[in-house]
Amino acid sequence: MTQKFKIVVLAKQVPDTRNVGKNAMKEDGTVNRAALAAIFNPEDMNALEQALRLKDRFPGSEVLLLTMGPGRAAEVIREGYYRGADGGVLLTDRKFAGADTLATSYALSMAIKKMNPHIIIAGRQAIDGDTAQVGPQVAEKLNFPQVTYAEEIQGFEDGKLVVKRRLERGVETVKTTLPAVITVHATAPACRPRNAKQIMRYKHARTNSEALDNEHNSYLPVQTKEELIIPEWGVADVGGEEINYGLSGSPTKVKKIENIVFQAKESKKLTSSVEDIDYLITELIDSHTIG
Amino acid sequence: MNNIIVYIETEGGKVSDVSLELLTKGRMLAKKLSCKLEALLIGHKVESLVEELYLYGAEKVHLADDKKLEHYLTLPYSAITIELFKKEKPQIALFGATSIGRDLAPRVSSSLVSGLTADCTSLEIGDHKENKSGKEYKNLLYQIRPAFGGNIIATIINPDHRPQMATVREGVMKKEPLDTAVKGKVSKIDVSSALIDENFLVEIIERHIEERKIDIKGSPIIVSGGFGVGSKENFNLLYDLASALGAQVGASRAAVDAGFADPARQVGQTGVTVRPKLYIAVGISGQIQHTAGMDQSAMIISINNDANAPIHQIADYAIVGDLNEIIPRMIKSYKQNSK
Repeated sequence: MTQKFKIVVLAKQVPDTRNVGKNAMKEDGTVNRAALAAIFNPEDMNALEQALRLKDRFPGSEVLLLTMGPGRAAEVIREGYYRGADGGVLLTDRKFAGADTLATSYALSMAIKKMNPHIIIAGRQAIDGDTAQVGPQVAEKLNFPQVTYAEEIQGFEDGKLVVKRRLERGVETVKTTLPAVITVHATAPACRPRNAKQIMRYKHARTNSEALDNEHNSYLPVQTKEELIIPEWGVADVGGEEINYGLSGSPTKVKKIENIVFQAKESKKLTSSVEDIDYLITELIDSHTIG
Repeated sequence: MNNIIVYIETEGGKVSDVSLELLTKGRMLAKKLSCKLEALLIGHKVESLVEELYLYGAEKVHLADDKKLEHYLTLPYSAITIELFKKEKPQIALFGATSIGRDLAPRVSSSLVSGLTADCTSLEIGDHKENKSGKEYKNLLYQIRPAFGGNIIATIINPDHRPQMATVREGVMKKEPLDTAVKGKVSKIDVSSALIDENFLVEIIERHIEERKIDIKGSPIIVSGGFGVGSKENFNLLYDLASALGAQVGASRAAVDAGFADPARQVGQTGVTVRPKLYIAVGISGQIQHTAGMDQSAMIISINNDANAPIHQIADYAIVGDLNEIIPRMIKSYKQNSK
C-alpha cells in the first residue's frame, strides 16, 4: 500500500509590515496600518512548499489550507490553489474577534479536528505578531507532538516523519510519530511559483459570501460550480465552547498601544565629501570612540 | 507559592546568558512584589549549576535531572514544567525567547490556559482598571513589546490568568550577579510521571550544535548593514570597515531576509539587542524592528542616501550619500589619522 497523507497547512493573511513605504506613514510619523498590503504570511509559504513536496513524493496525498480571518482572507485559499493545493477552508466568524494566540489556536484546533489530517504544517510565525506561539499551542490543544523550526521534511520511515530543524546554533534531525504539528522556518526552501493551469482552473474559486457580493457586481462571473466553493466555517460548524473563542478565550489583553513616533536627536548632518568624512573620523578618534 | 519562576536554559554545560539576564530582571520584579525568585532547571548532570543561579538571586531551584532529559524535548520538558506550575502556582514565569523557550512556553501556556507574550523588550509591574467592569487589579506584569513589525509598542497584561508568562530575547535585559550569593536550596522534582513513553514520540536522530561563532553582542563597535547595502558583495565593504575599526558586522532583518548576511548577525527585535559604544548603520532605513535592538548605543552614525530615512533622526552623525563612496573614505581617513 502506498502511503498517502492528508496535510493541513495553516496560513495567515497578514499586513505587509516589512514594507512600510512612505505612503503608509502618517503625518505624525506613525504607521497607517490600513495602507499596508495584505499578503500571504511569508513563512506560511515555506510551510505550503513543504506540504506540496510531500504530495509530490507521496502521490494521492491531499494538501488543504486552513486560514482564519475576515472574508477577504479567502485570498489565501486561492493563492494556495494556484500553487498546487487541493482545497481549503476559511475559518471566519464574528465570535473569533479579539482572539489572542491562545483563542486563535483553540479555533484552529477545532477546525483541524473536523478535517482530521495526518500532518499539520504551519509557518513558524507571522510577521504581524512574530510570536511563534500558534503552532505549539495548536499542537497542545490537539495533544499532538510538535516539531518547530523545521527546515526540511526529509522523509517518512517506519511510520515516522523525519524532519530537519534549524536552531540558533546548528541543526537537529528528529523523527516524530503522526499525527504531528510541524512549524517551518524561513530558511526552508521558498514556495514554488503559481501554476498557470491552476490559476485558470481556480481563479473563480469563491466563498459563498464573496459570490453573494459578486451578484451585485455584474462584470464578475457568478459562482456556480460546486467544486469552486471555498467553505466558510464558523463556531457553529466546528463546535466547541463559546467561552474559549475570541476575546473571552484570550488570557492576554492589550492594555495600551503606542504608535512609534521617531524622536529626533540633535544630529549632525554630514555629506559624503572627503572633508566631512575626515572631520567625522577625527572627532571619533579624539573622543576615543575608535582607535 | 505565587513566586516568580525563571526557566533556566543551558548550553554546553553552562547556564545560558539569557537565563541569567532573566534572573536579574526577575530579582527586581520579585523585590517589587515582595515574593521570591525561583528557578526551574531541567537536564542531566546539571546540579552543579545551581551555585551560579544562587549568585543571581534564585532562592529555590526546582531541579529535574535524568539521563533521558539530557537534550531538550518538547513533551517531557513541557510535562515537567506544567506539573510544577500547577503545584507551585507561580504568579510570573519567564522564559528565554530562544528556539527552546519559544517551543516550550507556548505549549505550557496552552495547557495551563495562561497568557503568554513573546519577545518582550521591557517588563514592569503596574496596576490596571478594567473600563467596563471597573474591576481593579494590583501588581500585574506589564509585558511590553513591539508589534506589527515594530511599528507599534504594545503593553500586554493577563488580568485573570496565572502564571503571567513572557519570553525575552537574549541581550534585552542586563545580567548582573549579586555581590554575595543568596542561600538557596534545591527542590528535586520527581520526574517519573513525565518520563512515560507517550512523551517520547519525537526522538533526536542527529544534532550538530556549533559553538557560537559570531557574537556581535559583545563588540564595542558594530558596523551594520541593511537592505540598502544592495547585495552580499557590497557587504564586503562593511567587513572592510569593520576590520579596520576592530568592529563586528551586524545586519537588519531585511538584509538577513535578502540573504546578504548570516542570521546570527541580525540586530533588532527579532535578532539580538546590542549596546555598543559606536553603531554605524549603513543602508538601514530605521524601522522600529531594527532600532529597538540598537537605540541604546552610546553613539550612532547613519549612512543612507535617503535624507528622509528615519535612521538619521536617531543618529548622532547623519551622513547622506552613497555608501560606496563614504566607506572607502572612512577607511582611508581612519588609516591616515590613527597613529
